[in-house]
Amino acid sequence: MSETLVLLIKIVVVLAWFLVLALLLTWVERKQSAVMQDRIGANRARIFGLRMFGLFQPFADAIKMIFKEDFVPPFADKVLHTLAPFVSFFFVAVAVTTIPFGPTVRIGGTAIDLQVYDGSAGLLFLLAMLSLGVYGILLSGWSSRNRWGLIGGMRGAAQLISYEVGLGLSLVGLIMVYPSLRLSEIVAHQGALFLGFLPRWGVFLQPLGFLVFFITAIAETKRVPFDLPEGESEIIGFYAEYGGLKWGLFMLTDFMEIIVVAALATTLFFGGWQMPWLGPDGLNWPWGGHWKMASWVVVCLQIVSFQVKVAFFCWLQILIRWTYPRIRYDQLMDLGWKLLVPLGLLNILGTGLIMSLK
Amino acid sequence: MKNAAIILWALIKGSLITARHFFTNLWFHFLRLIGIKKYRPGAVTIQYPEQTKPLPSRYRAAHRLTKRPDGKPRCVACLLCATVCPSECIIVEATEDPDPEVQKHASRFEIDLARCCFCGFCVEACPEDAIRMDTGRIDLAARSRADLVWDIDQLSRGRS
Repeated sequence: MSETLVLLIKIVVVLAWFLVLALLLTWVERKQSAVMQDRIGANRARIFGLRMFGLFQPFADAIKMIFKEDFVPPFADKVLHTLAPFVSFFFVAVAVTTIPFGPTVRIGGTAIDLQVYDGSAGLLFLLAMLSLGVYGILLSGWSSRNRWGLIGGMRGAAQLISYEVGLGLSLVGLIMVYPSLRLSEIVAHQGALFLGFLPRWGVFLQPLGFLVFFITAIAETKRVPFDLPEGESEIIGFYAEYGGLKWGLFMLTDFMEIIVVAALATTLFFGGWQMPWLGPDGLNWPWGGHWKMASWVVVCLQIVSFQVKVAFFCWLQILIRWTYPRIRYDQLMDLGWKLLVPLGLLNILGTGLIMSLK
Repeated sequence: MKNAAIILWALIKGSLITARHFFTNLWFHFLRLIGIKKYRPGAVTIQYPEQTKPLPSRYRAAHRLTKRPDGKPRCVACLLCATVCPSECIIVEATEDPDPEVQKHASRFEIDLARCCFCGFCVEACPEDAIRMDTGRIDLAARSRADLVWDIDQLSRGRS
């Protein structure tokens, strides 16, 4: 009974964290792009004269989208058209359950993992859920019965499936280094030291793997350098026939994908909730010092460290989205198949060679 | 391979430029917020309704009819402005003035600002310095076309 209760609380907390962060990211995206481009950004939304730097903008957007007409084109497949945004939303929301947020904490004798689902094949489960997101795109394009929507959906499916290959290959080297598919174990492995002073993070052991992973993961979020499925300003994308809250759900899914990619990059390559040199009883400096800390302080520091890393990667992805122009479709396919897939294979080969020589 | 390195370096350089803009602007926004460095804003934006850009001193804005020291309009209804107006948006009707020094004044003076092209020829043509375009008023939107036809009172006030 209490286990079910703990699980329910964890699900609610993680989902709330996820959705609130996604809502906040819509504001961050607007403000960050504005500050990067010497602008001010959305700052007019206010409640009782309180502006708060435009922090109410997501609520204003949500109210606007709720009061829009819930429109299904008469020629569309009504069931699938309604289902598609929920499909893409659902699979991203499920993907986040495998992310470990912190170490195992003990409250009143019961050990609680700060992770909703710690499957023995958690990484594969996560990748599978991210791959299933392609159904949302394809379904929305198909069920609209709109030629451009369909073509956009096809473009999206082709792009996502192509980059799945690179994404999967970039993680094989990582699985070889930390011989586990369980995300909590991968994070636990990254707590050790490497060369005496560096934390044993994935980015130090697998720099090429991280590069390939990060590029393919950004392509998976289908945002600007790789936003060929939607192409909001020029090319007509897969959600051309959507409006109001369903369109909002697609946008929210985009932001949730950013968070998933940030959390995944943190978990796999930047030590997850591990803070450098922080052991379970305090800081162990590589030059020999030791700061003793209470265990709850350590847990808090580790949770904060995870959040900081996720925030950094969200920031980095928004920076990338507002810096680079969109690449052409043939360039996209060239990059995916001719550069990233061979680099991923090379990474596996190199990792295998180094591991066999040791 | 060398090409790929150049491309990668160019990509990193580009993101460093945008990141530099982000952090400098954020820093100056922060300094402004806590009250240091008022003169260096973090953004080039002018928040229009609250904040306006100073107009150039010779900017041709909405018209104004100047007044004599006794408060009557300077206009002597010579019709030069109406004649020179390329948009034909000035309507002047003359009437006799009791003052023998003045002889004529305008009983009706209307400018259709919807038609006006703000060329300033009327100001140039006026021999009496009776019409000027120095109100600095640029927000001339109105609910109807009729609201943009300003009569002699509105023009004398400078602002409707």
